[in-house]
Amino acid sequence: MFDDRSPIYHQIAEKIKKEILVGDLGADEQVMSTNQYAAFYRINPATAAKAFQELVDEGLLYKRRGIGMFVSPDAQKRLREQRRERFFSDVVRPMVAEARAVGVDLQEIIHHLNQQGR
Amino acid sequence: MTGIEVNDLRVHFGDIKALDGLSFSLAAGKIHGLLGRNGSGKSTLLSVLAAFRRPHSGTVRIGGSEPFENADVVRDICLIRESGDIYGSERLSCVLSLSRQLRAAWDDDYAARLRDRFGLSPRKRVQTLSRGQKSALGCVMGLASRAPLTMFDESYLGMDAPSRYAFYEELLADYVAHPRTFVISTHLIEEVASLFEEVVIIDHGRLVAHEEAEALRSRGAAVTGPAEVVDTFVAGLTVLGEQTLGRIKNVTVYGSLSDDQVRAAAMAGLDLGPVSLQDLFVHLTLPGGAHSGIKEALR
Repeated sequence: MFDDRSPIYHQIAEKIKKEILVGDLGADEQVMSTNQYAAFYRINPATAAKAFQELVDEGLLYKRRGIGMFVSPDAQKRLREQRRERFFSDVVRPMVAEARAVGVDLQEIIHHLNQQGR
Repeated sequence: MTGIEVNDLRVHFGDIKALDGLSFSLAAGKIHGLLGRNGSGKSTLLSVLAAFRRPHSGTVRIGGSEPFENADVVRDICLIRESGDIYGSERLSCVLSLSRQLRAAWDDDYAARLRDRFGLSPRKRVQTLSRGQKSALGCVMGLASRAPLTMFDESYLGMDAPSRYAFYEELLADYVAHPRTFVISTHLIEEVASLFEEVVIIDHGRLVAHEEAEALRSRGAAVTGPAEVVDTFVAGLTVLGEQTLGRIKNVTVYGSLSDDQVRAAAMAGLDLGPVSLQDLFVHLTLPGGAHSGIKEALR
């Protein structure tokens, strides 16, 4: 929900993070250029560049002068660690809140998860 | 380079102050959005920048020099106005070849490609074009001019959505390939906002805001929740507008929220939503001067 409020470049950065997280973008793989992103999303190239800067600052991408941006070798591992820390607050807590609101019993959820896990 | 400096610019029509002490500067090589309500002075400002008219007082500098009656500066400026400034009886091919003669950096192949993309036949006469096709012709003339300072004044009025999107795509692609300064005035804010790197908002001939588009966007937040909780949360914040629906209240606040505030809102069960540039624009240019404090703060 907080993401809805954030600028476009932050949303693009999140999208790239997701690709790294699920493995669509591998270690040392080249990321599309700022200009390609700008054309695809129909946004100002400076805005797209900000997304890349954000990821470089976080150590998830690295720059090779004159060639482009690449995924840092440990990017996926770092993202996983970050997301694991936030998993319960970001994913589980809202789910429990939603379950309470619609009257789904916690036991029911646990049962469902056990079934799925099998 | 073709940066723009405007200093205490004033233009009046009789008693009406079209530009009332406007000062700002725009960096070269960026796409700038110029936003303002009808009659806010956008077109007057652009015609002064393009040297179509002389200011009553104040100065304009384009790349460091005053443009009025200055051929060296004016040759680098292309302003496409809503009217198109073209003779109705001419064929498109004549209109475009005139542009070629006037514009040093004109690209004929690019013009032909754009013309085809907008479905404009070179044999047609201007007066037989629809409103949208005339606008599209203006877009072709502006883009293919490759002028170091290119300005579009509501140039896509009447163009249908596919043509407008084609224009945005072409503009971005050509800007990347041939970086130059663009100023685009519009009130179709929602649609073009993401093209801008910086945004200038004027109202009644005065500057309301000049910021990076992304910074401006992150300045607004819509806070929604039970009325009394919302009221407590927004106390001390700059409120631009509010609406209530039963016991639910929605308040638009201006100013960046700290991480602590965002967390506090979540703890209190409040929803924080984005405020589009368009909504922000509406709030910032509402009549009545209720937001003069914000306007002062922004200046």
